[in-house]
Amino acid sequence: MATVIHSAPAGQASAPPAPERPRRRAKSQYPYWFYLPAGVVYGVLFLVPTVIAFYFSLTRWGLFSQEFIGFDNFVQFFRERALVTGLKNSLIYGVLTSALKVVLGLLFAVMLTSQIIARGWLRSVVFFPVLVSTIGVGITFVVLMDPQEGLINEALALVGIDGPGWLTDPDLALYSVALVDVWKGVGLATVIYIAGIVSIPRDYFEAAAMDGAGAWQRFRNIILPLARPATVTVIILSLIGGLRSFDLIWAMTRGGPGFSSDVIASVIYKQYQAGFWGLSTAGNVILFLAVALIVVPLFWALNRKQVEM
Amino acid sequence: MRRASRYWMGGAALLLTAALFIVPFVFIVLMAFKDRQQAARLDFSWPASNNLVSNIVEVVSARDYMLLTAFVNSTILTVASVAGMVILGAMVAFVLQRRQSRWNGAINLLVLSGLIIPPAVVPTIWVLQGIGLFRTLGGLILVEIAFGLAFTILLFQAFIATIPRELDEAATIDGAGPIRLFFQVVFPLLRSVIVTVIVVQSVFVFNDFVNPLYFLPGDENATVQLTLFNFQSQFSTQWHLLFTDILLITIPPLLMFLFFNKKIVEGMTAGAVKG
Repeated sequence: MATVIHSAPAGQASAPPAPERPRRRAKSQYPYWFYLPAGVVYGVLFLVPTVIAFYFSLTRWGLFSQEFIGFDNFVQFFRERALVTGLKNSLIYGVLTSALKVVLGLLFAVMLTSQIIARGWLRSVVFFPVLVSTIGVGITFVVLMDPQEGLINEALALVGIDGPGWLTDPDLALYSVALVDVWKGVGLATVIYIAGIVSIPRDYFEAAAMDGAGAWQRFRNIILPLARPATVTVIILSLIGGLRSFDLIWAMTRGGPGFSSDVIASVIYKQYQAGFWGLSTAGNVILFLAVALIVVPLFWALNRKQVEM
Repeated sequence: MRRASRYWMGGAALLLTAALFIVPFVFIVLMAFKDRQQAARLDFSWPASNNLVSNIVEVVSARDYMLLTAFVNSTILTVASVAGMVILGAMVAFVLQRRQSRWNGAINLLVLSGLIIPPAVVPTIWVLQGIGLFRTLGGLILVEIAFGLAFTILLFQAFIATIPRELDEAATIDGAGPIRLFFQVVFPLLRSVIVTVIVVQSVFVFNDFVNPLYFLPGDENATVQLTLFNFQSQFSTQWHLLFTDILLITIPPLLMFLFFNKKIVEGMTAGAVKG
């Protein structure tokens, strides 16, 4: 077995200096060198690659050569339809999964915080898929979504519906994968919402009951506004996850049929495999910009409103 | 009358949700019990004969016991990288929460960006090659630590804020230096968050597919997630083996879940909603 374990953070060479400097003052109980080990690992393997990605994205970079070519990679990226499809699909996928997780997560959470039978068990059931191998889930659903023999279409046939080719229809493949993503991830949204709802003081509900508010009014006027921090968390988390998503799509469709379910992350992998490292890195920079342009303003806007409330 | 119908609706909703979430897992288990012919039909049926043991033997011995190697690799990867995240993350969170300095803003920003920015894959490979850790388990462990630190630090930071500073002062008066203060006084108090971090991150690292795919290629260093991926092409007509593999690699997270079910939910909520 050719596996070697290096426990020491090797290669301090190009690490950006962790915020540590010797001081002559009285020694603090909270020394700056505590930042050092984490700073080295994080700096070398996250910050440095992130920064040099901007340079590499401007080069034609492959197995044997590396050459500075300016913005050609980006021009090429936006000229090729397959690659642009990837960008578009990432956006659709991110927004769709995030929206569904908000709606369904809230629905489940309301259900699972009310007085129902087997509540604890149901909470576990909904959460369990979060913990299971994404690739395993992907393969399982490929089989369940099989147009002829798959369980889903057989169940639909029982009620007289002719089920579509979930993963073989180019117009549908991306959405089918997105649905499986929601199936797998909604448990996390639910748990976050449960926490948000449980932390709402009981007095509000008692006062509302006194005023004769019905279930819908309680939901509309108490739960919805007061669970807002949870909503922000769910939206941000699932949007970031959705935009970056790769493993489920790769396990289920490999970006196909054709390029119909390719996302940026799968484009990055395909270009890397094909030896176009510069183009692959350009894809990464585009993903970075997409995430930054969408998530950062959203984060800011959502959090600001929250303060006003 | 209304009441009864509401119960009826609730019950139906319950059954539907439960079925929706449980059926796929039942399907995996059923498939793992079937023989080759029956599994190839891909239907939701009771196994005609019990083939679980022979399926397991076949999957484990496939490709020169690749699955065993993969389990060893995944275990080392998970234990080492989660240990790294916990210790390094707690150290950063401790100083960051306790010591106000002009660095704090910048470090908080770095932590947040670690949560948001998608890692640049090929440049990371380039760096790993530069320091001679590409295609090594050690390299992958460090990568997992680097990518997992942000989330870990955020969880720890929120929790450390709830530990009174008087405790630090008392320990200092008793003559404890920073190292003893941290490892003997503060660290043990973090136990409940540590459990959360361990559970969440080890499930994440164990199930991680993308990072091993990029940073640890090659059959001889496969992790369990990669065996699925590798077996998928080889076994695509042998669904019974593929599903046996899925079942086997789902067992560790399943055990984790059974043991720490309550903790996961508590910890996730404590950490996630404050943010």
